[in-house]
Amino acid sequence: MLQVACPWCGVRDETEFTCGGELAARPEDALAASGREWAGYLWFRGNREGLHAEVWRHTWGCRQWFVAERDTLTHRILATATVEEFRKRRGNGG
Amino acid sequence: MERGGFRLPAGGRINRRREIRFRHDSRAYTGYEGDTLASALLAAGVRVFGRSFKFHRPRGVLSAGVEESNALVRLESGGMAEPNARATMVRLYPGLASSSQNCWPSVRRDINGMLGLASGLLPAGFYYKTFTWPSWNFWEGFVRRTAGIGKLPEAADPQQYHKRHAHCDVLVIGAGPAGLMAALQAARSGARVLLVDEQEELGGSLLWERDDIGGVPASKWLAGQLERLSGFGNVRCLPRCSASGCYDHNVLALTERVSERHGPAAPADMPRQRLWKVRARQVVLATGAIERPLVFPNNDRPGIMLASAVRHYANRYAVAPGRRVVVATNNGSAYRTALDLHSAGVEVVAVADVRGQAEGEGVELARQAGIEVLAGWRVSNSRGRGGLKAVQLLGPGAEGSPRRWLRCDLLAMSGGWNPTVHLYSQAGGKLRFVEETGSFIPMERSGIETAGAVNGCSQLPDCLREGSDAGLRAARNAGFVAEEPEAVPVARAVRESAPAPVWNLPEGPARKQWVDFQYDVNVADVLLSARENLVSVEHFKRFTTNGMSVDQGKTGNVTGLANLAEALGTAIPSVGTTKFRPPYSPVALGSLAGPDTGDFYRPRREMPCHDWHAGHGAEFMDAGWWRRPACYPLPDETRARAIEREAVTVRRAVGLFEGSPLGKIEVRGADAAEFLDRIYMNRVPNLKQGAIRYALALSDGGVIVDDGVFIRMSAGRFLLSPSSAHADRFFAALEEWKQTVWPHYDVIFTPVTTQWATLTVSGPRSRLVLEKLDSNIDFSRNAFAHMQFREGLLEGLACRIARVSFTGELSYEVSVPASWGKALWEQLLEAGEPEGIAPFGLEALNILRLEKGYPLIGVDTDANTIPDDIGWGNAARNKDLDYVGKRSQSLPAHTQSGRLQMVGLRLLGGAPGQAIHPGAHCVEPADTASGLRSTGQVTSSVFSPFLKMPVAVGRLENGRERYGEVVSVYFGRKTCRAEVATPVFYDPEGSRING
Repeated sequence: MLQVACPWCGVRDETEFTCGGELAARPEDALAASGREWAGYLWFRGNREGLHAEVWRHTWGCRQWFVAERDTLTHRILATATVEEFRKRRGNGG
Repeated sequence: MERGGFRLPAGGRINRRREIRFRHDSRAYTGYEGDTLASALLAAGVRVFGRSFKFHRPRGVLSAGVEESNALVRLESGGMAEPNARATMVRLYPGLASSSQNCWPSVRRDINGMLGLASGLLPAGFYYKTFTWPSWNFWEGFVRRTAGIGKLPEAADPQQYHKRHAHCDVLVIGAGPAGLMAALQAARSGARVLLVDEQEELGGSLLWERDDIGGVPASKWLAGQLERLSGFGNVRCLPRCSASGCYDHNVLALTERVSERHGPAAPADMPRQRLWKVRARQVVLATGAIERPLVFPNNDRPGIMLASAVRHYANRYAVAPGRRVVVATNNGSAYRTALDLHSAGVEVVAVADVRGQAEGEGVELARQAGIEVLAGWRVSNSRGRGGLKAVQLLGPGAEGSPRRWLRCDLLAMSGGWNPTVHLYSQAGGKLRFVEETGSFIPMERSGIETAGAVNGCSQLPDCLREGSDAGLRAARNAGFVAEEPEAVPVARAVRESAPAPVWNLPEGPARKQWVDFQYDVNVADVLLSARENLVSVEHFKRFTTNGMSVDQGKTGNVTGLANLAEALGTAIPSVGTTKFRPPYSPVALGSLAGPDTGDFYRPRREMPCHDWHAGHGAEFMDAGWWRRPACYPLPDETRARAIEREAVTVRRAVGLFEGSPLGKIEVRGADAAEFLDRIYMNRVPNLKQGAIRYALALSDGGVIVDDGVFIRMSAGRFLLSPSSAHADRFFAALEEWKQTVWPHYDVIFTPVTTQWATLTVSGPRSRLVLEKLDSNIDFSRNAFAHMQFREGLLEGLACRIARVSFTGELSYEVSVPASWGKALWEQLLEAGEPEGIAPFGLEALNILRLEKGYPLIGVDTDANTIPDDIGWGNAARNKDLDYVGKRSQSLPAHTQSGRLQMVGLRLLGGAPGQAIHPGAHCVEPADTASGLRSTGQVTSSVFSPFLKMPVAVGRLENGRERYGEVVSVYFGRKTCRAEVATPVFYDPEGSRING
């Protein structure tokens, strides 16, 4: 069972959380998005072997969504950040 | 010659002053305190313990531990029964009752034993080929009866199972020499240590190997160390506790045998097992190694045992499992068995050593003791159907090598050692193959320490040193440093030459050389697997069933892989190992469930008026987490009649329904209207205060995920009412959109579902009922119209009343604080009595909503249904804002012809009272195997007691264009005809709802 560090509540057991899957950015202007762009947001995921960014919700805690960087091979979680922090760091729509 | 095991006159860790009486296969036996079931039966001379899985060959005890593949028994009976108990792991207790398995009428004379004669006809995977006609289903019952191992208990298990969570700094698995040293060092560092071992006592091999440590016998050293460990406040020792799984981030599952070792006479308040879930900062695996059997023709007879097990029985339980012993080995460790038995007074005939140049202390001491050492000799056959009578040895050389039969009743064999890497591998650790010993051992991996025999160590001083190092490292990594580490005690290494891995006897028939004893997998099966190109190790495992049995191949896996590699002409590491999965050893399902059974299986939500429903004959059903009345049958009324009566009462008079689970979410903030406009497909900002609007909620993929209503309480305050089934998910979705996509909106959400009891008064006379109550709300038609909302007082209670309807009749949803729900319910019934009021349940509601053609989201829609499919296409298209799901409305798949659209279906020519079967398919002729093609599906269907006709809705290709068309509806090999129509069967003008 993983241990996940909620940016608001600290380290808790995996059972308190819901994993929302790989981070997918909703196009800023959804209505202007091309079919390919929109389909990419809806359905296509990298499914990387190794480090990737994914979203989690602290369902049985503060109910906040946040971003975790997890190694899909080892389940090591390198870092977690609030959605805002993560966006700032990435410098885009996150 | 007298054959079979006997009790040695002295020695062992048994208490000869405490006799224990027990029964096996209805015969009375006596053992001693400290015995296992296996040791006591061996001491009594029992040789055949069970029959093998496939060919029902007689089998005896192979091992002395968790790896046992043959001596599986049924322990106790009734609800206490445990199938497949390993006799080697069952501690003897007074009154124990066990029986052999997989045999009839008895283990000695088993009818199915003749299957062995047909073994050539039943190779690996035979059932894939043989039982194809007429079908596998035809044969399955017979095959399962013949082939099963063990029988399920006949009654529910009356015993308790507990669970416990624990944390520690250093968890040490295995309390042999390496594990003990690791625990001692970690304990001295100040770390919180948990030391677990699956044996009855801590000590591992020290309980049965004759060694000296620190100048004293190992058993004395062990006693001293255990006493020291018990003096540490930071150490907990758990014997009788098996680590079954190693999970992510150092979580381990342990199963502790608590009352199990006392049997049915254990105190009633003692749990049978306790499941520990341990989160450890650091883990040290000192899990040891399991000896490999030798593979030769008829290597499975009772009386052929692992060499380590033979001296285990002799030294620990004072049991000689035989009277004339031959030892066969490919390595130096088995000489210990020859010497230990010799010094216990048992006749050791010879040691057959595969190695031509066997040297070392063992060899020398054996020769000094007068034991014949046959270098370069292998076992090539055995005799004795009910138990070993003789073994045939094959001398060195290729052609014309000498053969000798030796009379014996016990063969102690050693084919080398398999390090117990299961937990290490479960944790994600990678393995490496060592050619010299033919073993897979752990590669380095951070986070999990391994020490001792699991690393391939065969010498005691190395095990002690590795354990010490691992304990210190683990403690340090957990943040603890020992000021004065323990000195590693002195022990002697045994000088011996290298082992020589052998995997089969090429000169013998492959069909009699057993690899996996429990599932009767032999070398011929391995060769067949290679011939049929099932060469991937996971395919090989499933085709041959090698390693799939109760013992999970603890003794047979590596041997099977090696034989596969040989058949393929490749190296063993390139074949690889199958994936090690939890549990390491069988875990009782009861221990996983723990106390969470029956009423405690999961939390149950009861509605505010639950006690009234229960006291008035309601029949309950589970709806999500909720227990809800399905209907309220009167005395002498059938369920079906009750449902009909309730539905008709709502149409003719008035009904009362508890809808408290209906979702209630308050949304507040300056931007509440703008935010909700993003969430709902329907327009939000233009809704007036005190008004209600129906709305669909979509996913961003454009499909409908919920429907419900929302109410504008004031400019910046809304009350949302998602459907009962989706209320929790809808609330989570609101938060997700706010947090992740539109964080700038000033809006907050509060779920208040359970704070209010919601009672629905529905029917043409509902207004009359409400007007009888004391209230400041004007219920008159003009003052309080359909889709309007009022707050006020009702019988002095703060109330919220929404005029919405899911029945198609004049309806009021009345909400009052939850604790007052039951009082109001009773008052409404009293006030409604003259009007003929009756409570109604979910079943009647389903009829009423279906008569009106109201869809149930998730029942009449699925994960592909978009608003247009249920007739809301214009609303979805005409709102220009980027709401959730808007962009997806124009996806090609959503705009093309042929979509499944919701329609009504009127059954033609049905029998009275008949309805279409829900789930039936609409079909048309097509060029397919069945000659038919599905063009849609019936999603809801009932017989309407009020309209006296069947009503059904479904989804049909281009359904809205096909009103009036007759379609074929197929279910269960029968076809009926139905006319496509509007889904609204009752009051299409809506005059009743606005009444």
